[in-house]
Amino acid sequence: MIQFDFSTIAFFVFAVLTLGGALGVVTNRNLFRGTIWLMVSLFGVAGLYVLLSAPFLAAVQVLVYIGAIAILFTFAVMLTRSLTRLNVRYTRLWPSALGAVLLFAMLVIGVIWPVFGGNELYNQPISDVVRTTTDLGVALVSGEGYVLPFEVASILLTGAMIGAIVIARDADEEEMEQ
Amino acid sequence: MTLQAFAPIGVLIIIALIIGVIILMISRVFGPHNPSFRKNAPYESGMKPIGPGTRRMPVKFYLVAVLFIIFDVEVIFFMPWAVAMRDLGVYGLIVMGVFTLILVVGFIYEWKKGALEWE
Repeated sequence: MIQFDFSTIAFFVFAVLTLGGALGVVTNRNLFRGTIWLMVSLFGVAGLYVLLSAPFLAAVQVLVYIGAIAILFTFAVMLTRSLTRLNVRYTRLWPSALGAVLLFAMLVIGVIWPVFGGNELYNQPISDVVRTTTDLGVALVSGEGYVLPFEVASILLTGAMIGAIVIARDADEEEMEQ
Repeated sequence: MTLQAFAPIGVLIIIALIIGVIILMISRVFGPHNPSFRKNAPYESGMKPIGPGTRRMPVKFYLVAVLFIIFDVEVIFFMPWAVAMRDLGVYGLIVMGVFTLILVVGFIYEWKKGALEWE
């Protein structure tokens, strides 16, 4: 029987937010409203991260996913031709259904069955030590930690920045010529 | 880290929700509500709208959003370093300096290309 302490109630609130938001995304025909529902779902995931004592991930979730990716989605929706009057009906339902079922099967076989199928390996916590954001900062910078991936990440970000400018500028100039 | 540390954020969210609901309820309860076709039109007492009200936005908005995401991810990398900055000392500062220097290259390119300008 589940004990209804505070964290359990919080878990159910965030789980409902996550699943309800996801349901809102897939059932809404209005793309813009779908984006707003996506923000609700992502916020629920951020709450779940807090409950899993991963506050840094929760902050990343709110800052990057809700604060930036969702805004990008909003802009992407505005860039598409008819943002509220979606008259085109998506007709290829069977391939999509097959893809969804296959993805769900992969989730069940890969994640849900190994973790909840009574496997002894997953019954114990991965580590007793709770890592804090400070530990992460030290690990990112220290020589025996992740200093090289950390510096490479900046090159990746610079590449992404330049790539975004090159692609968007070209499209912009083509639009000007028309 | 216990959940109690997040109590202020929880209180903030609850207060924000309550204020939002109250503001919506105030205008619903106290405001007059008798809509007509004209009042619901996008521009009341104006020209009859021609064509759809929703237009495609220029791609410039998208560029700004993408650049914002990249700077946002940079902030994410700065955050754990800033928390541990006092323990890391000069070495951490140098590592972060290299990280920032590489990013400044992209930033200068962006600036010179005029991606930050809104013509």
